[in-house]
Amino acid sequence: MGPGFTSVDYMMALPVTLLALFALGVLLIDLMLPDEMKWFNAITAFIGVLFSAYAAVRFDLFLRSRDWPYAFGFMYTMLVDHFALYFFYLFLAGTAIAILMSVSYLETEHENHGEYYALMLLSVAGMMCMAAGFDVVLIFIGLELMAISTYVLVGFLRRDRRSNEAALKYLLLGAFSSGIFAYGLSLLYGLTGSTNLYQIGGHLPQILQSGPYKPVAIIALVTTLTGLLFKIAAIPFHQWAPDAYEGAPTSITGFMSVAVKAAGWAMLLRILGFSYNFNGHILFWGLLPMRSIYIPLLVFVAVATMTGANFAALTQTNTKRLLAYSSIAHVGYMLLGLIAGTATDFNPDGIKGILIYLLVYTFMNLGAFGVITSLRHRNIVGDELDDLNGLYSRAPVEAVLMLVFMLSLAGIPPLAGFWGKYFIFLSLIESGHYVLAALGVLYSVFGLYYYLKIANAMFMRQPEKGEEHLPVSYAMRAALAVTGFATLFIGIMPNRFIELAGWALNLAQNPSMAKLVQ
Amino acid sequence: MDAMLHISTLHYLVLGAALFLLGVIGVLTRRNVVIVLMSIELILNAVNLNLVALSRYWQGMPARLGGGAQALHGQVFAIFVITDAAAEAAVGLGILIAFFRNKETVNVDEVNLLKW
Repeated sequence: MGPGFTSVDYMMALPVTLLALFALGVLLIDLMLPDEMKWFNAITAFIGVLFSAYAAVRFDLFLRSRDWPYAFGFMYTMLVDHFALYFFYLFLAGTAIAILMSVSYLETEHENHGEYYALMLLSVAGMMCMAAGFDVVLIFIGLELMAISTYVLVGFLRRDRRSNEAALKYLLLGAFSSGIFAYGLSLLYGLTGSTNLYQIGGHLPQILQSGPYKPVAIIALVTTLTGLLFKIAAIPFHQWAPDAYEGAPTSITGFMSVAVKAAGWAMLLRILGFSYNFNGHILFWGLLPMRSIYIPLLVFVAVATMTGANFAALTQTNTKRLLAYSSIAHVGYMLLGLIAGTATDFNPDGIKGILIYLLVYTFMNLGAFGVITSLRHRNIVGDELDDLNGLYSRAPVEAVLMLVFMLSLAGIPPLAGFWGKYFIFLSLIESGHYVLAALGVLYSVFGLYYYLKIANAMFMRQPEKGEEHLPVSYAMRAALAVTGFATLFIGIMPNRFIELAGWALNLAQNPSMAKLVQ
Repeated sequence: MDAMLHISTLHYLVLGAALFLLGVIGVLTRRNVVIVLMSIELILNAVNLNLVALSRYWQGMPARLGGGAQALHGQVFAIFVITDAAAEAAVGLGILIAFFRNKETVNVDEVNLLKW
């Protein structure tokens, strides 16, 4: 006797299924391709991403046609709502750009294998399970599918010692954190008798009130939170990030810093469970009943993350490592948004800030890593700060784009990065966290120093002798054009994207929330 | 006499916590990558023990609290965790072999190319 899945179940899983099928397809087609035709794998993977995006759009339209704000599937293990769809689009956009960045890079590295693209698609399938999971089993399996694929991708340059080492460190710390996370989930199951996030959220208040199991609940919270913070690389659980970012193939560093990070955030938001507005009903789930315990922890982690990452970034001489610390600092700002978003009962502004932040971050950070990827040619690795010297005279367009990305990462007003920070600081002030808001602004000014250090190298320093124009492939040009355009466009015309983030949180129907959209 | 021999859910949970702590200590103190990987397996086995014992516990609970014979979530979760542990071990050893080919060591202290 089957559990009786309907066609809606299969429709909502179609984006994930298509990615898995295309990943297997890439592996099979790769066997038939001669060495000089390996670029075809990138095309197959790109088509897979397009198909998956089409399936997601179809489901989006289906929800609109039925006027449903969400749909449950597979016996309440999967919840596809606007939040999940928003993350689907984000992952697919990041992956499509990362695929474009990879084509010529893999040829230069002589590691042009189909497995690269297959693993990339599989990890995106895992990310989608994390964003759409409503059951800790599905979330955990999605997390592991993503993480295991990424371990291999980080170590993809088999002959490069740095890549081996980065993969080993990432694997050991990643598996360790997954173990701790799973232990927390097992305790949560024991406390509530269910693996469903809604049921867990429903049972927790009772457990917290009536005594004897409260210590167990706190251990469960701390272990789960450790796992979640590991995945988004917040200090003190960040040690893997700079190493993995520096050693990984540069295109994968870009992919990890946006898609893998966004997936970590999707999972964190789902499990910590912000309150949520479905047509006027305020729902909550996950660990939200324990917020009085976890918010002080998050305040500590956020301040430590901003402080540690900004100071560590100052002394870096490797561009990839510098951007790794910069991305850890950005996690600190986003955690401030989470504090503002969960501190009071229904204040979605902080969460909305995180969603906008992740959106603009996808484009500006991928763009920055795209420029670094394009520096890799012949025998030059191109990831040291000195390799950027005089980039303006060698490749003026790329240098100007890099400047745009750096200023956007620093949060300079007419660019996209400003809006992410703006909404987070606004939500902090609205919820009364003035000290945290002041600290956040202070550290963003602080961050300007190391972003301008990169600009200084590109525009003020002389290039080393014998450097000619960089050969930049068409795919890379397309990736840089898209990311550069998006960074400028979101910065100048943010309304559409702010509405999109509001839509992801189901704010549009609510008139009192509509004014926040403006 | 009977009561003394009875093994309750709590015993399993304490054993699970002990295994978990041993695994954490192993990861943090041992210097050999293979032993670190074994310690991670120990953590995952603590998780499995917890899940199966708690699943058994919830099966004995009345159905209105979410228990009953159908309450098998924990055992299903345990099967997924076992699969995940196998995949992680396979990838871990694969990466370790790639590392060993270039560096000829399995000592964590010599994994030191990337820092600051």
